[in-house]
Amino acid sequence: MARTLLKRILQAIGVMLGVALILFIMLRIVPGNPVETLMGEHANQATVDRMTAELGLDQPILVQFFRYIGDAFRGEFGTSYSLGKPVSQLMAAAFGNTLKLTVAAVLFAWCLGIFCGVFAALRKDGIPDRLFMGFSLLGVSVPVFMVAMLLQYLFGYVLHWLPISGTDSWKGYILPAIALGWNSAGSIARLVRSTLLDVLQEDYIDTARAKGLGQMGVIRRHALRNTMLPVLTMMAMQFSGLLSGAVITETVFSINGIGRLAVQAISGRDIPLLQGTTLFATMVVIFGNLLADCLYSVLDPRIRKEAE
Amino acid sequence: MNRKKKIDQIVRTAGLESQIGEAQTFGTMMRRMVRENKLAVISFGVIILFILAAVFAPLLTPYTYDEMDLANRLAPPSAAHPLGTDEGGRDVFTRLLYGARVSLLIGIVPTLLSMAIGAALGILAGFAGGKTDTVIMRIADVMLAFPSILLAMVLMYMLGDGLINIFLTLSIVNWASVARVVRAETLRLKELEYVEAARVTGVSRSKILLRHILPNCIPTLIVLFTLNVPSSILTESGLSFLGLGVQPPAASWGLMVNQGRQYLYTAPWLSFAPCVAIMLTVLAFNFLGDGLRDVMDPHLNKG
Amino acid sequence: MESEEWRVEMNTLEIRNLCTSFFTEKGELKAVRDVSLTVGEGKITGIVGESGCGKSMLARSVMGLIPHPGRLVAGEILLNGRDIAKLSQREYCAVRGSEVSMVCQDPMTSLNPVMTVGRQVKEAILLHNDVSGDEAERRTIEAFESVGIPDPDKRLKSYPHQLSGGLRQRVLIAMAMVCKPKLLIADEPTTALDVTVEAQILRLMRKLCEDGTGILLISHNLGVIAQTCDDIYVMYAGSIVEHADPVTLFEAPVHPYTRGLMNAVAALNRNETVLETIRGVVPNLLHLPAGCAFSLRCDQCGKDCADRFPEMHSIRPGHEVRCHLAGGKEGA
Repeated sequence: MARTLLKRILQAIGVMLGVALILFIMLRIVPGNPVETLMGEHANQATVDRMTAELGLDQPILVQFFRYIGDAFRGEFGTSYSLGKPVSQLMAAAFGNTLKLTVAAVLFAWCLGIFCGVFAALRKDGIPDRLFMGFSLLGVSVPVFMVAMLLQYLFGYVLHWLPISGTDSWKGYILPAIALGWNSAGSIARLVRSTLLDVLQEDYIDTARAKGLGQMGVIRRHALRNTMLPVLTMMAMQFSGLLSGAVITETVFSINGIGRLAVQAISGRDIPLLQGTTLFATMVVIFGNLLADCLYSVLDPRIRKEAE
Repeated sequence: MNRKKKIDQIVRTAGLESQIGEAQTFGTMMRRMVRENKLAVISFGVIILFILAAVFAPLLTPYTYDEMDLANRLAPPSAAHPLGTDEGGRDVFTRLLYGARVSLLIGIVPTLLSMAIGAALGILAGFAGGKTDTVIMRIADVMLAFPSILLAMVLMYMLGDGLINIFLTLSIVNWASVARVVRAETLRLKELEYVEAARVTGVSRSKILLRHILPNCIPTLIVLFTLNVPSSILTESGLSFLGLGVQPPAASWGLMVNQGRQYLYTAPWLSFAPCVAIMLTVLAFNFLGDGLRDVMDPHLNKG
Repeated sequence: MESEEWRVEMNTLEIRNLCTSFFTEKGELKAVRDVSLTVGEGKITGIVGESGCGKSMLARSVMGLIPHPGRLVAGEILLNGRDIAKLSQREYCAVRGSEVSMVCQDPMTSLNPVMTVGRQVKEAILLHNDVSGDEAERRTIEAFESVGIPDPDKRLKSYPHQLSGGLRQRVLIAMAMVCKPKLLIADEPTTALDVTVEAQILRLMRKLCEDGTGILLISHNLGVIAQTCDDIYVMYAGSIVEHADPVTLFEAPVHPYTRGLMNAVAALNRNETVLETIRGVVPNLLHLPAGCAFSLRCDQCGKDCADRFPEMHSIRPGHEVRCHLAGGKEGA
């Protein structure tokens, strides 16, 4: 199994490098010298040239790329054009908030999704089933900003129950987590329901019942773990969507996270910041997928066996 | 003998019944869907309705989309203005209709583009295998690793504003997932026995590709199309919401949501009306896609 | 004395006039129609019949595991004298696995793929016995040994996919026997296994009887039934059509269906060039004739046969037939 793990890690690293390269090229292809844009039209040519050389922007692209990668390994992502501070510092401050938001959203999505999915499966074709599946369909179809703004309006403005912006207290994370996790909750609920219904038809469930296990026991001890496997795979595929949603959620709720930083980078034409944040977010996605792969191997002994 | 009977006869003599099942023509599948899935049919109707409303917008409203009426700013819904007015006194319903043109166009055109690119590359990868497959799939992996909004943002930064650039951006963001699905489908079709049979009898590879594999990918592609349009619409509205997509004075639903944001508490209809429009469109396409998938291509994963 | 005699006479399983039906949109599907049978203590009773004749549904009725929309409509199921047909689901859970257990058809899919086999068997023990985990493990190893699983203590940690079909079936049998049930129902236990393994499993079943367990063996394979059972019931379209001991059944079958079956098998032995078949097809259980279900295919079908549902006639003790034509043969 260690060999497969190593292979997967190498694959992931390959993708990461590919991502970094493509990102790098995309941002450097933009016509115009960013230094000129920064310094304005009246900057003197000599100063521009000096700055360009200092920032290494006159070197061929591949050389610049390798320098960037080298720096990145040391934790250096350049300095933000618009904010003046080192990108790594800005990201470090923002990362914590994004992490808290995403983890909260995932927890919410799982709890709600699994609960609704199981319940709907057990009361198949009944009122709870239709209700939950209706909600989950809404969950999948509603844009993130709509949920975010609705929540702000209802719970922040009309009811005054929860804060609508900022992260001073943990309460500030509740609405954004719901907004961000809502989409995932919907797809998880649907998948859990259909998988559980399939699993309950399997022969080994009959065996479990023949042993004398009641319905709840059957579900808890036999059905759930087998149901979670495809759900886990799906969750891994949703990481990138989750981070996309985080960009919007952070903007709506004014949370100082990586997503918001990226938006600021664009409006500020700030290449290092944009590059750093996008690269970072993508790394998180790749890493998350790798983690999910490993978790899947742990949970499903059949995969473990094949890997050996 | 009609076409269905002919197909039935061929299938039976070839003994392929167990593999292919009842010979399906497009007509039978559509009829089955109409019979069994009322929701999908309603959704189709809704989509047509929205498209017609967008096309015939000038006929459906007395106002133009930038007609200002500063005396009547931020008015709540009323008889004269069924969805109220915005901060410039412009009729929201009108802007919704004109915005539909942009949003629907942005939903459909880039999806078609990304499907064309994705399908071509996917079939190529699946059919050719080997190095071509690895290269294409690695590139797809890299593209898929990016969170879609971030990739879209970077691309917009790179390409600049403008409708064509938005089309390009969305196509580039979406092609990879299409390629993956089409490649899987191609691999599956490649292994079917009748393709083996064709190969063994010496049919050229390009003929196999054109005659056997491509036509059988079409149901998958149709379903994929209806399921990918909502994703384009959502990505565009997200971008416009962040101020990075469609720019004023043009109207798109996402942009309207963004513009209405500052008045969320005083005039919530400004943002929520376009939100509901987006939601209904996405729901309709999702229902339709589900319905199509049920009748055409049960091989695609559910959920 | 009287009570002692009665105790000695008591059968492990006695089914009386059992009826199980499925209530579907298309009508009532009578899967089990007025079935009565007994399994003696330490004996193997076989049920033989085609696919779809209701034998599996009979097994599930005894276990209380009839799937929706099915229901036990009438009859009694006496397990050591106690009627379990009337039990609630919760009460049934205490009975299942400990007093009556079942081994199902396909060992490849009957075990949970993500749990070790040891744990699955231990679960069966812990459900019905208040013992420690270690004790449960000890009993599991013991059970594995008794069913002939080599290296039982190592096997505890195996996952189902690491075992062959024959081993998996042994695990399932061990799991069924570990609480020492009075009755074991084996539904097509060897159908999915190859012949050599089949022989071993059948031998194992004979051994289990020696400890007093009654076995209800269900199969569509006449050979399996013939070599293993003490008593055979032939089932067709939901009802028992003939009941006899193996020798009588094979040498002097009375019911036209049984005779058809025996003819079809015997033809192979006699090197004939034309295989005998029973004409017609199994009837749709939703649209059964009012009378004998076999009447449509029967060579000796009489006037009455399609109209009146035949009773069970006793030809001699231990040999019964459900056929109008057998009515005249009553008595020795």
